[in-house]
Amino acid sequence: MNALSRRGLLGTGGALVVAFSTRPVFAQAEHAPTKLPGSLSVQPHLSGWVQVAPDGAVTVFTGKAELGQGIRTALIQIAAEQLYLAPGVISLVTADTGRTADEGYTAGSHSMQDSGTAIMHAAAQVRAILLQEAASRLGVDAGALSTTNGRVQAADGRSLGYGELVGSLSPDQVASQTIALKDPATYTVMGKKMPRVDIPGKVTGAAAYVQDMRLPGMVHARAVRPPRYGATLAKLDSSKIETMPGVIKIVRDGSYLAVIAEGEWQAITAMRALQDAAVWTGGQPMPDQAKIFETIQSLPVQDSVILDRKAEMAPAVHTLKARYLRPYGMHGSIGPSCAVAQLQDGVMTVWTHTQGVYPDRAALAELLQMPPQAIRCIHTEGSGCYGHNGADDAAADAALLAQALPGRPVRVQWMREQENTWEPFTPAIVAEVQASLSADGTIVDWQYGVWSNTHNMRPGNGGRLMPSWARANPLKPSPPMPIPQPEGGGDRNGIPLYDLPTAHVVSHFVPDMPLRVSAMRGLGAYTNVFAIESFMDELAAAAGIDPVVFRLKHLTDARARDVVQRAAQEFGWDKAASLPAGHGRGFAFARYKNLGAYAAVALEVAVEHETGRVRVVRAQCAVDSGQAVSVDGIRNQIQGGLVQSSSWTLYEAVTYDATGITSRDWSSYPILRFPAAPDSVEVHVINRPGMPFLGTGEATQGPTSAAIANAVMDAAKVRIRELPLSQERVKAAIGV
Amino acid sequence: MISLIVNGTTHQVDVDPATPLLYVLRDTLGMHGAKYGCGLGQCGACTVMLDKQAVFSCLTPVAVLEGRQIKTIEGLGTIEHPGPLQQAFIDEQAAQCGYCIAGMIMRAQALLERTSSPTEAQIRAQMQPNLCRCGTHIRILAAIRLAADTMRQAAIPGRVQEVSR
Ligand code: FES
Ligand code: FES
Repeated sequence: MNALSRRGLLGTGGALVVAFSTRPVFAQAEHAPTKLPGSLSVQPHLSGWVQVAPDGAVTVFTGKAELGQGIRTALIQIAAEQLYLAPGVISLVTADTGRTADEGYTAGSHSMQDSGTAIMHAAAQVRAILLQEAASRLGVDAGALSTTNGRVQAADGRSLGYGELVGSLSPDQVASQTIALKDPATYTVMGKKMPRVDIPGKVTGAAAYVQDMRLPGMVHARAVRPPRYGATLAKLDSSKIETMPGVIKIVRDGSYLAVIAEGEWQAITAMRALQDAAVWTGGQPMPDQAKIFETIQSLPVQDSVILDRKAEMAPAVHTLKARYLRPYGMHGSIGPSCAVAQLQDGVMTVWTHTQGVYPDRAALAELLQMPPQAIRCIHTEGSGCYGHNGADDAAADAALLAQALPGRPVRVQWMREQENTWEPFTPAIVAEVQASLSADGTIVDWQYGVWSNTHNMRPGNGGRLMPSWARANPLKPSPPMPIPQPEGGGDRNGIPLYDLPTAHVVSHFVPDMPLRVSAMRGLGAYTNVFAIESFMDELAAAAGIDPVVFRLKHLTDARARDVVQRAAQEFGWDKAASLPAGHGRGFAFARYKNLGAYAAVALEVAVEHETGRVRVVRAQCAVDSGQAVSVDGIRNQIQGGLVQSSSWTLYEAVTYDATGITSRDWSSYPILRFPAAPDSVEVHVINRPGMPFLGTGEATQGPTSAAIANAVMDAAKVRIRELPLSQERVKAAIGV
Repeated sequence: MISLIVNGTTHQVDVDPATPLLYVLRDTLGMHGAKYGCGLGQCGACTVMLDKQAVFSCLTPVAVLEGRQIKTIEGLGTIEHPGPLQQAFIDEQAAQCGYCIAGMIMRAQALLERTSSPTEAQIRAQMQPNLCRCGTHIRILAAIRLAADTMRQAAIPGRVQEVSR
């Protein structure tokens, strides 16, 4: 007998009520009965999430997108669990304005909370309705029925398949407030190992990405970009290029320039010829890279005090002050942005790796001057996405060019140098902190300020689509806005989770953007955690206390303590005194957004004294993402996040001069390569069955950076507060 | 017309001889495994094997390929019957977005066909040209080690012979 029937499902006039035990199942939903859980609040119809066909086939819908984070597999696991089905029989439809709910953006580690929660509840309710129907048809109490593999069975052996029971599911059925979830102790799929569904195809060369789409009659296009922001096309003689092999059309609208050709290489060849022929003029002045942090701090700001606490504290005996810096960084997906669009019978279909099909559709409607209902955006996987990269802009390119060539599908992929120079970067950030210690090493005062541009220039309107800027009638981007606390943007994780009874934190929002910026994995959390967790080590050293002990001394949150202690223990923090010469250990912790996953990182680095080269040798991470659905998926995300953050921390900075962005390729924007990869990154997932999903994707971006800086301090006795900890910077600090 | 031997099959293609192999594979032959990443020989997303070497298909014009053996990820196995490296990548769940993976597998294949027991340093040096932005490196390295083991132990005579040359 299964858990649900044991608990007794009581049908009362169509509403489903379940008798609950005291376990901590989604307490939120029980306490706030006015709001449906997760994204059920935006799409309350069960049929918007789960559909059962008369042949028993089950389709699950999500408004979120697969970005390489493995969400597809985790959502299937959730649905399978609550529907008592094998995961293999479920088909999943992802973000598509024609088919799925409007779940906004797939961002901010929200997919599990929003969509995972909605699918979990919807699936449980659908199964409960099917069970009720089976009970009345079989003439037995629902509590006496069990379900396996999509069949509801009575004790006497009679059974009915889900397909036979679908008559009971009305497409208008709305989710109910009360919930009937499986007891986490009986889970057989959630929290268990399940291989990712997309990997076999991806390792055997199956068409998996929007880049791989080949529609009948499809043509290839390339845009020609100005050399820098705001430059205009002064002169162009394209007559010879029009007759190049395969060229179908050269599209020009003001300074927007593109070419459409039959073959992809033909499009690229014609694009290069156009680049050579085009004469550009003017453009926005570029900032001086050497003075960028002073520039950021001298621009007008909108200040908000995001924390202001005062308490009676012991007298300060020691005050420390520091300034931490992060330059512009880029997403740098391995596959440049791409989209396919087709205008057919008045409908524009766009296949895009955007993070938000609905917002992208709204922006495209304005750009194309078409009603939103005449545009369908279908999320199609792209190369790994770590935030707002060129995806939406490539969709705009494809749609504009499809409008210029009605009927034929147009595929546009950006070139590497276009991706590197035109994607929205993650903003340069300055953080300043001052804190005081009492005689016993307690933090008695904490003052913190962070200066940052917005971290969200996603397509709120057509003017935020970059291709709109160069057209004869350009659209204006809607003005930048800060993302408010508690999630925050530049000030994300600007408030430490530590016990700081006297603390003052100011977010200095800088509206003027010297370079194009937007969201990248972790937003301001990466820099704020770098600053806070580096400074915690500086304070610990001043207090003469071990850095892990110092953190625990200021940490009462039990789940935070658990990850800190677990990472330290797995690393062998106590025994780490005997590291080889030139090696050092570093520790850092954060709870992402102070609302999401808890993560602690302990790692060992090797610093090459003569060259200043730093390598992460090994790392131990402890993470608490709430109820774990795909444990290996969490490990994969955390490992990947740690390696990616190591790359940001050790190597990465966008470069620019008066001519424009100069980090145009992988030699001018180096990222981590195999010889520098850590020997091991172990991830310990602290599973919290029955607790809310907290998301995972961004949890180690911040802690990794500070753990590295702290380990470099331990290894080479140099404290580096400016990112990246490049070979040159470390060498200069060591003074060899 | 240029004749290309891809995974043992000869294809006649009518393209400009200066066209890089990558575009002929993807657009003319419909094989999507090799990916465009940079077109500059800096990322390895486009890696295929040419005779016994891993090469950047984005930089290799088809004009020079007549009569040479081209091997792509599609030639190593299928979704139903993955080759040893492909199986190892599945076993280790060595992908996040997976965009880099076909190139990774082809570069690793070239190593394992040459050296049946590569050292860790040899594996890392071999993989140096290929980039992964998702940070899947640890799992990719584990998958290559696993494939080296299974290929050594494989009872398939052809493969043992091939890798132990
Ligand atoms: S695409 Fe060939 S090396 Fe990058
Ligand atoms: S798995 Fe995404 S680039 Fe390697």
